[in-house]
Amino acid sequence: AAAMAALLGPAGRFRWRVRAVPGGARGAAGLRGAQLGKKVAVVDYVEPSPRGTRWGLGGTCVNVGCIPKKLMHQAALLGGMIHDASHYGWKVAQPLHDWGKMAEAVQNHVKSLNWGHRVQLQDRKVKYFNFKASFVNPHMVCGVSKGGEETLLSADHIVIATGGRPRYPTHIEGALEYGITSDDIFWLKESPGKTLVVGASYVALECAGFLTGLGLDTTVMIRSVPLRAFDQQMASLVTEHMAVHGTRILRGCTPLRVERLSDGRLQVTWVDLASDKKDTGTFDTVLWAVGRVPETRGLNLEKAGVRTNPNTQKILVDAQEATSVPHIYAIGDVAEGRPELTPTAIMAGRLLAQRLCSRSSDLMDYDNVPTTVFTPLEYGCVGLSEEEAVARHGEERVEVYHAYYKPLEFVVPERDASQCYIKMVCLREPPQLVLGLHFLGPNAGEVTQGFALGIKCGASYQHVMRTVGIHPTCAEEVAKLRISKRSGLDPTVTGCG
Amino acid sequence: MSAAYPRLSSAAREELRRRLLGLIEGHRVVIFSKSYCPHSARVKELFSSLGVDCNILELDQVDDGASVQEVLSEITNQRTVPSIFVNKVHVGGCDRTFQAHQSGVLQKLLQEDPACDYDLIVIGGGSGGLSCAQEAAALGRRVMVLDLVVPSPQGTSWGLGGTCVNVGCIPKKLMHQAALLGQALTDSRKFGWECSQQVKHNWETMTEAIQKHVGSLNRSYQRALREKAVAYVNSYGEFVEHHKIKATDGNGQETYYTAAKFVIATGERPRYLGIQGDKEYCITSDDLFSLPYCPGATLVVGASPVALECAGFLAGLGLEVTVMVSSQLLQGFDQEMAEKVASSMQQLGVRFLRKFVPVEVQQLEKGSPGKLKVVAKSTEGTEMIEGLYNTVLLAIGRDSCTKKIGLEKIGVKVNEKTGKIPVNDVEQSSVPYVYAVGDVVEGQPELMPIAVQAGRLLARRLFGGCLEKCDYINAPTVVFTPLEYGCCGYAEEKAVEVYRKENLEVYHTLFWPLEWTVACRDSNTCYAKIICSKFDNDRVIGFHVLGPKAGEITQGFAAAMKCGLTKQLLDDTIGIHPTCAQVFTTLEITKSSGLDATQKGC
Repeated sequence: AAAMAALLGPAGRFRWRVRAVPGGARGAAGLRGAQLGKKVAVVDYVEPSPRGTRWGLGGTCVNVGCIPKKLMHQAALLGGMIHDASHYGWKVAQPLHDWGKMAEAVQNHVKSLNWGHRVQLQDRKVKYFNFKASFVNPHMVCGVSKGGEETLLSADHIVIATGGRPRYPTHIEGALEYGITSDDIFWLKESPGKTLVVGASYVALECAGFLTGLGLDTTVMIRSVPLRAFDQQMASLVTEHMAVHGTRILRGCTPLRVERLSDGRLQVTWVDLASDKKDTGTFDTVLWAVGRVPETRGLNLEKAGVRTNPNTQKILVDAQEATSVPHIYAIGDVAEGRPELTPTAIMAGRLLAQRLCSRSSDLMDYDNVPTTVFTPLEYGCVGLSEEEAVARHGEERVEVYHAYYKPLEFVVPERDASQCYIKMVCLREPPQLVLGLHFLGPNAGEVTQGFALGIKCGASYQHVMRTVGIHPTCAEEVAKLRISKRSGLDPTVTGCG
Repeated sequence: MSAAYPRLSSAAREELRRRLLGLIEGHRVVIFSKSYCPHSARVKELFSSLGVDCNILELDQVDDGASVQEVLSEITNQRTVPSIFVNKVHVGGCDRTFQAHQSGVLQKLLQEDPACDYDLIVIGGGSGGLSCAQEAAALGRRVMVLDLVVPSPQGTSWGLGGTCVNVGCIPKKLMHQAALLGQALTDSRKFGWECSQQVKHNWETMTEAIQKHVGSLNRSYQRALREKAVAYVNSYGEFVEHHKIKATDGNGQETYYTAAKFVIATGERPRYLGIQGDKEYCITSDDLFSLPYCPGATLVVGASPVALECAGFLAGLGLEVTVMVSSQLLQGFDQEMAEKVASSMQQLGVRFLRKFVPVEVQQLEKGSPGKLKVVAKSTEGTEMIEGLYNTVLLAIGRDSCTKKIGLEKIGVKVNEKTGKIPVNDVEQSSVPYVYAVGDVVEGQPELMPIAVQAGRLLARRLFGGCLEKCDYINAPTVVFTPLEYGCCGYAEEKAVEVYRKENLEVYHTLFWPLEWTVACRDSNTCYAKIICSKFDNDRVIGFHVLGPKAGEITQGFAAAMKCGLTKQLLDDTIGIHPTCAQVFTTLEITKSSGLDATQKGC
């Protein structure tokens, strides 16, 4: 989605000052700028996916990311709750799931958000262009409308916030013709049926998780390690939980080709990398979740002189979010080395707008960004992984406190809690500063947020231990982590207290 | 010399004296020492060569060391350190200790005090009592727990573990969960699950499942006591003289035990109204969670968290519920939040009768449930009303179990009004060897994790040479009403009282959880509020959230408040998207601005 915003000259002569600005999270910088008294325009255009899926204003998060993902995750969780409900006395049999009904409800919500963004732009006097934009020179952008009409826009400051799109493994035969990506899955009108998800990213695991939860036969194919950038002990617990709950996981495999059979189904051939053995399977849908490509190629960045990393195609930025051209900025997923998360993009956009309008000189702090992977058992984390802590401080200087716990809600329906696990990575030396927190269990997102603040405040292990628990919750287990890994004691929580 | 030290007030002196005597009486060996003193070092080496654990207080390393030395010299007539006590006997300084060792007197003194059966007897097997008993046993002490549940007027009784496990947090949260699942069934249809429209709830199935879990917890507590070699006696404990207690079992069999130290952890039980028909026909939270039949149309009397929580889950299970409230809702809590809790319950169909108190309960029909007529009168006028209900649940407060345990025999002071036991900051009562933890303690939040923490730390101080005290500040609390309410720190009105309004900034917003959008639930019900102290760097002194999963959300924020959370830090922290908790990282609207706090868009 090429999104640009123009900043009108202060005198109000129609001298467009264009900024390429973020769409969803992206709008933020533009909105802020307008709120702060500048003249701002947003240029946004969604290139349809190879399957033809298109959507409105708001960017990835709102349309094909966090929002529909969390809602489908919720739909899957509700399936589990219906199962639980019978144990709690509700006379209900496990019902079937109607994909079409869910998809319509989710899509309607997304459309209402698109509308909300449009209204917000209007309210704050941000000019909105549904143009596909590219640079003409460092101060000028050319926007092409759907009908092919061209408009030239210029601005003092330009913000590029075009985000990224899913990568297709085009070297695999049939990948582009028959496969879909996260750009399409949330907009399917009919159930994807038996699905192969290829990839080890959080997107891959989240999609496979909710598809399984909705009752679909789902397989994930992972070439090497899942959730590479995350704590690996946690990552393996996440996949272990998925495997126990019905997702088939093919490790160490990579697809070779996808063919369409005469009945319309897809036959996938893959190879097991260790044994070099080939195998095939038939699926209704193949979903690629093998990474994302930044949307920088259509922007003619070279005409503006904006430099990118040739390997990642992402735009190189400094702490001010400025690119190699001082009045051109890049925020969000398109910027090199930034976490690909909506709230970071929003905050970076907001702070940038404040700096551009000389309201503040605050820089974005990219450390200790909390995040949550919405797999069936949610994984929330903030700060360093255990591996990273050991790499930075050395094994001798790191103390890890951990616990396997059982959520109270699990006992009545006799749910398996083998993967409900928490670990807190601390410096060993008193006062044992907390370096990272990793929480695997229900509502991990809600649990992690407050502790992320604690870490921001410089919480020590003692601080957390002195916090009175809220009984009975899962979060209280964090305040009761007493067993260190080093002690070798059994970290299983028994009873309460 | 002593004139050089700040003089202690007589109250402080008495307090310190009590603490020191507690320390001396509670330990086999106590050494008052200074870390740099070579004589002290020699004595420590002597005991360590004898393989004896000592409790050492380094007077140069504690804040009140000078005062300790002053009071200690009054007790012992010895001004210098080291000063050594063995089994409550003052042996003297370094030289006299070595002499005692040579003559064999020290070894004799070191033998355990044979006068008492136990080092510690804990009265009450709830969360606080058990954590204290287990910790003391883990430190190698002879410990006994006395626990006998006196049946409720309706005849309900239960096993080991106290209120939380049997008739409190645990069954309550599970029934709350059952009610939430009912809501989930409704939501699930919007999310594409083809659930039938009318799903009925079966009370007995739920209660059996919950009681099965409670039973397993009772057994696991018994097992834990056995494993830690704590003597568990299913008897009622009552003091008969100093250091001596009478234990009466369910058959009236009496046995006497003695101990050096006692911990009172008898907790509280629900209060009755004292009106005609209340004990005969009404139930309390002691009965509800194991009620063998569905309570039907229920009147809940009271405005406590327990009252609202029970009313909430009963309504969520599909019952007709009325709450009768005499004055304020959730007294002591933020009143704006309390009213929002109530209005969210009204949305679920709970009926509130404000400013009425029952004056009589009559039984019209027997049965399971039967039919009761409740007559109530207005607290403001002469108006009388009547109502018919299947069940009347009293949740008007709780009384401490301190009346019939012989405290007067040994002189433990009890607040006559509240029945609670006043203690100092180390949980010590007016009788130095008697301590109290949990809900019987005066002036402390009635929370299970606090009792556990207080009990554990008490045992460590008494027997483990640890000095850490229980920290009661900023204890977070959650009310598990259908829409959960979590809070930490000050209520708004309390903050205004302490800090004055002009020194505070209140940030707030309504919010719409993402899961509620598709489920078509109300977009302006959930609410987030923080109270900041303007002249203290905008430090967050009050945190309030009304919404789903408030319990899970509040915990981490409580930890952050322990570390001095400020508004700036909230603003600088990245939200986790999409969650409810993230709303606290983007609070912009102040109450003083008067701007609209309703929520639009994402």
